[in-house]
Amino acid sequence: MGCPAEIIWYKDVGSLRMCDAVVIPGGFSYGDYLRAGAIAARTPVMDVVRDMAEDGVPILGICNGFQVLTESLLLEGALMINEYPKFICKWCTLRVEENESPFTSKFDVGELIRIPIAHKEGRYYHTKEGLERLNASNLIALRYVDENGEPNASANPNGSVENIAGILNESKNVMGLMPHPERACNSLLGSEDGRRMIEGIIEFIKK
Amino acid sequence: MRYLADVTIKLKKGVRDPEGMTITRALRNLGFSVEEVSSAKKYYVLFEAEDDEEAENKIEEMCRKLLSNPIIHDYSYTLEVKG
Repeated sequence: MGCPAEIIWYKDVGSLRMCDAVVIPGGFSYGDYLRAGAIAARTPVMDVVRDMAEDGVPILGICNGFQVLTESLLLEGALMINEYPKFICKWCTLRVEENESPFTSKFDVGELIRIPIAHKEGRYYHTKEGLERLNASNLIALRYVDENGEPNASANPNGSVENIAGILNESKNVMGLMPHPERACNSLLGSEDGRRMIEGIIEFIKK
Repeated sequence: MRYLADVTIKLKKGVRDPEGMTITRALRNLGFSVEEVSSAKKYYVLFEAEDDEEAENKIEEMCRKLLSNPIIHDYSYTLEVKG
């Protein structure tokens, strides 16, 4: 995509500091022991990520990366075992709820996009007060919706509160989402919508 | 002194517990009249502390910093001197 990217070993803190943006990918850190993302969130490398987040560096957490960001308190809320407690892997329709972040700038508000999910612990949860705060500050980035764009129970794959699929931090430079944008980067694979998220980050850091 | 903490991590009231709900249904299918099952996690932590007060402070901190997630969990523990 015209932008150099490197895979950084979690102990290679020096190289991490040189980066203009950070993506914490999906997977299973520390075997998902304790709670998904809980142990990774307390490793020294996350102190560096926290510093970078404070400096305004875009940080994107995908799936397990989202879990790591909530456990690190860089994002609010928690991700819990799916309502139907099993692994789900399927395409989802998402509605873009805001477009003022590097990750969402390439979308229109209200636009429906297709990105797949693959997780067992993806049920977003937050307290009533927390949800009010997220809604009031426009920090909910993506919701699971049906083909008509309605965030109803049948479109909610995992029981997430308010059909939330992705959220932002207050300064909108940290985003976490359960769907996998990297798996929606080529029309041959079913969708290019995820690619636009990455394009948004690149455009932001080139400015 | 060595202390053994028996830590229980439970979901806060009002937080949905799909595992507990699934087990409730399974028990009912077996013919048991069950009102509710709640799931919880247990950790046994063996550690050193000078006295009871220090042991309590340490286990509190472990619960707060790692073992529980304050948004969804309540924690409780008992402490036992292991000599």
